[in-house]
Amino acid sequence: MRSKSVVTLSGISALALYSSMAVGSKYNFPEPQSVIARDIYDQHILLMWICLAIFVGVFGVMFYSILKHRKSLGYKAANFHHSTAVEFIWTIIPCIILIVMAYPATKTVIAMKDTSSPDMTIKATGYQWMWGYDYLQGEGEGISFYSKLSTPRAQVENKAPKGENYLLEVDNRVVVPVGKKVRVILTANDVIHAWWVPALGSKQDAVPGFIRDTWFTADKPGVYRGQCAELCGKDHGFMPIVVEVMEAGEYSKWVAAQLNASAVKTSMHVENK
Amino acid sequence: MAAVHGDAHGHGHDDHHPSGIMRWVRTTNHKDIGTMYLWFSFTMFLVGGFLAMGIRAELYQPGIQILEPELFNQFTTLHGLIMVFGAIMPAFVGFANWQVPLMIGAPDMAFARMNNWSFWLLPVAGTLLVSSFFVPGGAAAGGWTFYPPLSTQGGLGVDLMIFSVHILGASSIMGSINIITTILNMRAPGMTLMKMPMFVWTWLITAYLLVLVMPVLAGVVTMLLTDRHFGTSFFNAAGGGDPVMFQHIFWFFGHPEVYIMILPAFGIVSEIIPTFSRKPLFGYSSMVYATASIAILSCVVWAHHMFTAGMPTVGQLFFMYATMLIAVPTGVKVFNWTATMWRGSMSFETPMLFAIGFIFLFVIGGFSGVICAIVPIDIQVQDTYYVIAHFHYVLVSGALFSLFAGVYYWLPKWTGHMYSETLGKCHFWLSMFFFNLTFFVQHFLGLAGMPRRIPDYNIQFADFNMISSIGAFGFGLTQLLFLYIVIDCIRGGEKAPQMPWDGATTLEWTHLPSPAPYHSFETPPIVK
Repeated sequence: MRSKSVVTLSGISALALYSSMAVGSKYNFPEPQSVIARDIYDQHILLMWICLAIFVGVFGVMFYSILKHRKSLGYKAANFHHSTAVEFIWTIIPCIILIVMAYPATKTVIAMKDTSSPDMTIKATGYQWMWGYDYLQGEGEGISFYSKLSTPRAQVENKAPKGENYLLEVDNRVVVPVGKKVRVILTANDVIHAWWVPALGSKQDAVPGFIRDTWFTADKPGVYRGQCAELCGKDHGFMPIVVEVMEAGEYSKWVAAQLNASAVKTSMHVENK
Repeated sequence: MAAVHGDAHGHGHDDHHPSGIMRWVRTTNHKDIGTMYLWFSFTMFLVGGFLAMGIRAELYQPGIQILEPELFNQFTTLHGLIMVFGAIMPAFVGFANWQVPLMIGAPDMAFARMNNWSFWLLPVAGTLLVSSFFVPGGAAAGGWTFYPPLSTQGGLGVDLMIFSVHILGASSIMGSINIITTILNMRAPGMTLMKMPMFVWTWLITAYLLVLVMPVLAGVVTMLLTDRHFGTSFFNAAGGGDPVMFQHIFWFFGHPEVYIMILPAFGIVSEIIPTFSRKPLFGYSSMVYATASIAILSCVVWAHHMFTAGMPTVGQLFFMYATMLIAVPTGVKVFNWTATMWRGSMSFETPMLFAIGFIFLFVIGGFSGVICAIVPIDIQVQDTYYVIAHFHYVLVSGALFSLFAGVYYWLPKWTGHMYSETLGKCHFWLSMFFFNLTFFVQHFLGLAGMPRRIPDYNIQFADFNMISSIGAFGFGLTQLLFLYIVIDCIRGGEKAPQMPWDGATTLEWTHLPSPAPYHSFETPPIVK
């Protein structure tokens, strides 16, 4: 009776743990918003199950042994120390498991690296400590702005209550249309930074003097937040990335507004340089 | 070889040596030098631990409280450098100094004077590192991996760090050459390579790795130095260099370094598990081959630290497959330990508890390692708290737990006294509890998107950070208990018999009294 209730209880808690992993982003990746992020999410779940199975297998044997094969229980030690067959088996089985893991990963790597034929291209430049964006190609071509942390200093110094998006909010968001392949090319002005938006499954270092690229296609309109992911000095923790995904119509309106306002801005920008 | 042997032998006959401080300054005795290595590494462990407490105190709550961002970066950088180069590596060299001659039946290390020199370089390097906090501009703040161009920007602290790394590298290379020479030339008659204890085997392989990669580290820090002061542009694109080249060279050192810190740990655990299972190590020769395969593979996987730095698809796939392959020999080791325990007659003294704790937590670190090896997943977790959790599972509950296991295992032989078993068990269970409290939740932080090396974070990360900080304070305090146990054991306690553990089979237990005499194996034992 007692063992039955233990089994039920552990079954329920395992189920609860798994469902909390599946729904809440607190114990797992944020809800994926692009095809790559979805692949990553699914592969991570697959790997967790494989690891769990191996864990239960190996430590099941080990803890059985720890409980039963004790000197204090008067257990007499056996004297075997070698078995080629067993060793062969436990070399081959991990190899097979690894192939199972590597196959979907390989497909995703190839997809991730394919930045060809994008609908639009945005250049992101890392600065100490903010991001600059230039829309290079596609709808919105010519838009250019900087994007800085907008959290007030008082919140960081604990003089004002912290908002929900504390340290994950900027003055100018990167706006992109939903469902379009966006190629992001990256560079940096001073030191290495990294452009990372977890929900879009996109992270790429921005290396000064070199160009790197990555891509994403957002599934749904929304606001997705990330942070610089390469130590870049004092304010590394204070240069977030905010991507706002809009429906096509809204995006066109945003582009028009930006381009209207930018005539003055652009000339100032050129003079500044 | 005969000359070396003869010299060490001759030294044994005039048994007078300086007393007081000069004994330690001038000593060429492997036991004295081993002891100094161990005390030095423990001191550095406390310094690095103090820095960790500072980091966790700042991260206890969102907002900036006690460490300004620049100082926070100095703390994380020096915590990493001090723990890797000051605490873990010298501790293993200390074990090698004490145990390699005892376990192969040699009278001392092959190059006794060089041994003294390679130790006494360490306090110099350690002082340079720690004193860099007090120079203008403060200590290096570019992370323990000191990637340029960020580390090109730093002040005098970076130069002190570079010199410190040079000195530590020289010390490690000399230590390794000494270990290789000792193992290859000074084994007792009859002890063929395939009869050597696993600890000796793992150190032999580790020493080769050290000789291979420490010069690479010395080279890369020198290039950084000339970039900083002498106008070269190795890592500066404006002058035709490439910042990512630094990362390739650094990690060509850095990845084998990871195994340099874990292979001797495998060795210690492979001595302890059979002893307390009262049963020989399962699959000895496969253990040797697995260790060698891990060492070889570790030299061709470096770019898995750089999956987000940008490299061709083929490059990413190669480094992913090579990295995943390491899981195979590592798995073989875990299975062999399990098979050693199977149908043994186990008892659970403190060394065995730490060894089992090691296997249990190291496997968790191994799983997160395989997950990090998968390129798409690594793209998400790279440079997040997930990676912090991963490498603390292999370095703290891996390397450090094995060091604790080894200290408890050999303390009776070193001091001639038994340590307090009750307090040792307390130390184990408290370490186990607080370690997991600190680091397990960091997996969740990383998955949810908290980058590493940030002094402040969004409120969604607040609760796990608080749990982690509480765990870290507990873990830190627990290590003071360890210090007490060791001092207590040195000062007295129950007299240790020659063979306090029934299952031990290596020479230091079968041939030497406890404590081991100042000069041991002046006449080599015969190994059948």
